[in-house]
This record gives sequence, C-alpha cells and structure tokens, in this order.
Amino acid sequence: MNTFVCIKRVPDTSEAEVKVDASGKDVDSSKFSFDINDADNYAVEEAILIKEKVGGTVKVVCMGPKDSDVMIRMALAKGGDSAIRIDDPRINVIDPLQVAKVLAATIKGQEFDLVLTGCMASDDGNMAVGVALAEELGIPHAAMVKKVELGEGKVKVHRELEGGLSEVVEMNLPAVLTIQTGINEPRYAPIKGIRMAQKKELKVLTLDDLGLSENDVNEAASLVELKNLYIPEVVSHAEIIEGEPEQKAEILAEKLVKGGLL
Amino acid sequence: MGNVFVVAEHRQGLLRDISLEMLTVASQVTQQNGGDVVAVLLGSGVDSLADKLAGYSDKVLYVDDPLFADFNAEKYQRVLVELIKQNNPELVMIGHTTQGVDIAPALAVEMKIPFVTDVIQIEFADGKLQPVRQYYQGKVNANFAFKGESPYLITLREATLEVPEPSKKGAIEKIDSPLKEDIEYRRFIEYVEAEVGDVDITQSEILVAVGRGIREEKNMPMIEELAKAINADICGSRAATDAGWLDHDRQVGTSGKTVKPKLYIAIGISGAFQHLAGMKGSKTIVAINKDPDAPIFSVADFAIIDDLFKVVPKLTEKLKELKG
Repeated sequence: MNTFVCIKRVPDTSEAEVKVDASGKDVDSSKFSFDINDADNYAVEEAILIKEKVGGTVKVVCMGPKDSDVMIRMALAKGGDSAIRIDDPRINVIDPLQVAKVLAATIKGQEFDLVLTGCMASDDGNMAVGVALAEELGIPHAAMVKKVELGEGKVKVHRELEGGLSEVVEMNLPAVLTIQTGINEPRYAPIKGIRMAQKKELKVLTLDDLGLSENDVNEAASLVELKNLYIPEVVSHAEIIEGEPEQKAEILAEKLVKGGLL
Repeated sequence: MGNVFVVAEHRQGLLRDISLEMLTVASQVTQQNGGDVVAVLLGSGVDSLADKLAGYSDKVLYVDDPLFADFNAEKYQRVLVELIKQNNPELVMIGHTTQGVDIAPALAVEMKIPFVTDVIQIEFADGKLQPVRQYYQGKVNANFAFKGESPYLITLREATLEVPEPSKKGAIEKIDSPLKEDIEYRRFIEYVEAEVGDVDITQSEILVAVGRGIREEKNMPMIEELAKAINADICGSRAATDAGWLDHDRQVGTSGKTVKPKLYIAIGISGAFQHLAGMKGSKTIVAINKDPDAPIFSVADFAIIDDLFKVVPKLTEKLKELKG
C-alpha cells in the first residue's frame, strides 16, 4: 500500500492575539508559534499505521516555506519514507481549489493507493482541499474519516457524522481520505527515527517542476477574491469578573451559590 | 438576481436543521435582490420532506428514487451538476456539514465555479454577493468576492440563526433522476450509532466542561474535584476527547452531544463554532479562559479572563465552603 499524506504548517492561535497587518488581507504572524496542523498529524499517524500493517511506503507532501522542514522531518522520523515540499510564492494559498490543483500535479503520475489529508486546517477551516484533490485526480473520496479498514483493491471507512453517528462507506482504490482528529493516537518521533530522518529524501519543487503555470494557480487565476480581513466585534453580554485570580474565583462562587444557580 | 439553489440535507428520514437555516438565509438574499428560493431534495420516499421544505421555498425540486435511499457524495455530485446546468441558478448553497464538505469541493472543481466555504453570512457590496467567512477559529473575519460568471457556490455554517415559522408555499416539482444507474466506486454500507456511556450528559443539570486549556491529563483531578463539589458531570470539547482525557460520549459539539443544562462551566475552552453549537442553549454559562478574545465569551453569562490553574482550585475550595 503506497500512501501519500499531505500536511500543512499552521500557527497556534488558540491563545494568541490575532491582528490584521497593513495589507488588510493577511494577519501579522510574526509572534505566532507554528506546528503541523492537528488533523494532518493524525493523517500521518494513520499512514504509518497502514504501512506497519500491510507494508508499502509513506510519502509526505507539503506546500509551504522552508520553515516547514522541521515538521516534515518529524513525519519522516515517525516512519515516512520520503517527502516533497512545494515551495513557490506564486501559489495563491487562500484558495483551497488552487492548493488542490498543485497537490494533484505533485501526486499525479506516481504510483499510489491512498492519499490522506487532514479533514480541516485549523487556520483557514476550509475543509475542502482533500475532496477537491480527489476530483482533480479523478478518484473517489470520503471526508471526515474516523476509521480505516483496508480490503483487496478497496477501502472501508467510517465517516464521522453529526451527533456521534457514523456512516460506513466502501470505495475502490485509489482513493482520497480526509482524516478526522481522534482516529488514532499520534506517536512521538523516536530518537533513532529523528536521526534517520535527516538522511531521507526531501525534494523541493516549484510550479515549473510540476509542469504548472503561474496562470493556473496564482491569485489572478482564482475565481474568488479575498477583499479584506477584519477583527469581528465580539458581542458579549457576559459579566466580566475582575480582581486577582483567587478573588475572581471567590466572587464567582458567591454569585453561583447566592444566585441560586447551585 | 437569479435563483438561489439550496441543497436540502436529510438523514434517516429527517430533515437536518441546516436545510431550513439555508432556506432562511436564501430568502433574505432573494428578498433584497429578487430571484426565487429553490430547495433541491434528493432522496427516496421523501414526499413529506418536500412538503416541509415548501414552507420555506418558492419552489421545491425533488428526485424521489431508491438510488438516493442513503447519502452518497458521488451520486449527489453527478445529479447536482446536471440540475445546476439545466437551471443555471445564481447561487448554490450547501451545508458546511459532514455531508456538505463531502460534496461541495468536488462539485466546485468539476464545474469550475467560484467557491467559498464555511460562510457565516452573505452581504452585498456594489450590488454583488459578498460572502463572509472566518479564519483562525473565529478570530478574524474575511469579506470575499466571487469573480466571473455565476453560478457561485458556498457552504453555509450551521446553527448561526433561528429558523422562523414557515411562511411560503412553494410549488413542488418531482423530477426524474438525472442519474439512472447506481455507481460502483463508492458504496454506502450502514450507519453505526454512537456508543452509549455511563452518563448521558444531555440529561445533566450541571456540567463542567474542559478543553485544550487544561493541557494535560494529569490536570483532570482538579476538574473532577470541582465537579464533585457541585455534583456536576464532566464533559469536554473535541480536543479533550481526542486527547483521551474523556470518553467520546462526553464530547459536546456538532460531532458530539447537544446539551442544555442549567449551568455549564467551560474551563480552558476557546469555543470553536462546532463546540458553541452544542452548548449555547445552556441556561447559564460560565467561561474561564485566559484569552480575552476566545469566542466562548460571546455566549458566556459570567466570564473570568485568567489562568484557570489559579482560578479553579480556589473556586472549588470556596464552593465547598459555601455549600458545606
């Protein structure tokens, strides 16, 4: 089983202040810390679990700047065999359909049975690249996969639906699966693997290497345009409890008990 | 402007809420700009669903065929391509749901049409549709514009609005399935219901909810002590269940449970929209989080913006004293 797994480097903004930069179309990311996208981390683990079970290869694909190499090497340390990083500033990363086009050009023509992506990137939340990639490659897909069972020339997956329900779907291979978080327990890279990863192949490609023209995937070629970003006004009716942390706790406790909420 | 197509979503014989939410947004769009709201329904034995959609549509276009007894993204795509080509709507709306995200991106690629995902509202600028979406889990909004010719495609976020009473009486038109034969490369097998755990959190009166902010499993006893002091059950965000701190049946949000307790205490939860959709109906919401911009505060009644590790132990202690 030969698997491609697509990963993305994203900022951790869960506790960070996000500010729109001077262009009005991007955010100031100078203070963010970055790591592999959460769902992609699960996709890497699933690809390696498949390789450990049935053999084959795991190839890592990443679109992004050189800073992504640390994260790519970690995926290789865990069990990936080789990696391709597409690094070209002409690609319009805002449009998930253009990203999918670039990934398809990277994968097309190579031998593979499965392509795994995370089901969602935590920064843009599009949930679109994997499914669009399947269409570009002309192969079946399933989104939000929470369980993978391989068969002869086919794959059975559980798609996570709303409310705890799952849907079991069977597809012919090759196929694209977008992996949902929680499908497995991503491992830590072993020390030995980290050393070995330095020697594994990491190819860096540009649009020219992929046979794509700038006019296929740049901003002008996109059918949508990001006009501007702005920080939404958080409309909150909450009573904000002030004071030192311990005081806040005491005030809240009193409000809850005396207000009859407990 | 032209018509708005809304791809109705249903499962196990029931319309999903997103269907009526989309029709409500579509009606707002057409009221301002003209055009009809057309609900598109693909199913088998779905006459009653078509009737319900008619209350929110100017027209219901529906295929009733055993080929659509269960959801299959590939079959939906084939039929939607045909219906969009035949009817040429201005805007096509699909839910930003587990069903919608399985269809829409492939549909956009195949038809080469402008596509914006996870839209939270539709505005107008210079007489043109301007979808608004978010980045960084709700911390930034973005105005988008479609380029080129319609049709335009969006997926619409669920649970962002209240659906009013039905006020339309759309014409119902049943059409033959443009897809005549089943496909073999993707097959629906069955549904698997969620495992039932020891506690049904949808019935709990008081819930203490944890998220990524508690950082490690070894901090769970701090939460358990608080829950015990106030006789609450523990639940959590997707991050907490993915990390294995809690069983999956304790997950609150669109992919887990929808809860409406009397009191919901959210600790270290930033409040992704998927989580908010599952708990915003709670009677009283307390949020403890050190990030002042956390979306959880948008639904909170009481907010403590501080380090939870300093607040929670003291809160437990004080509650024990007051209740003791």
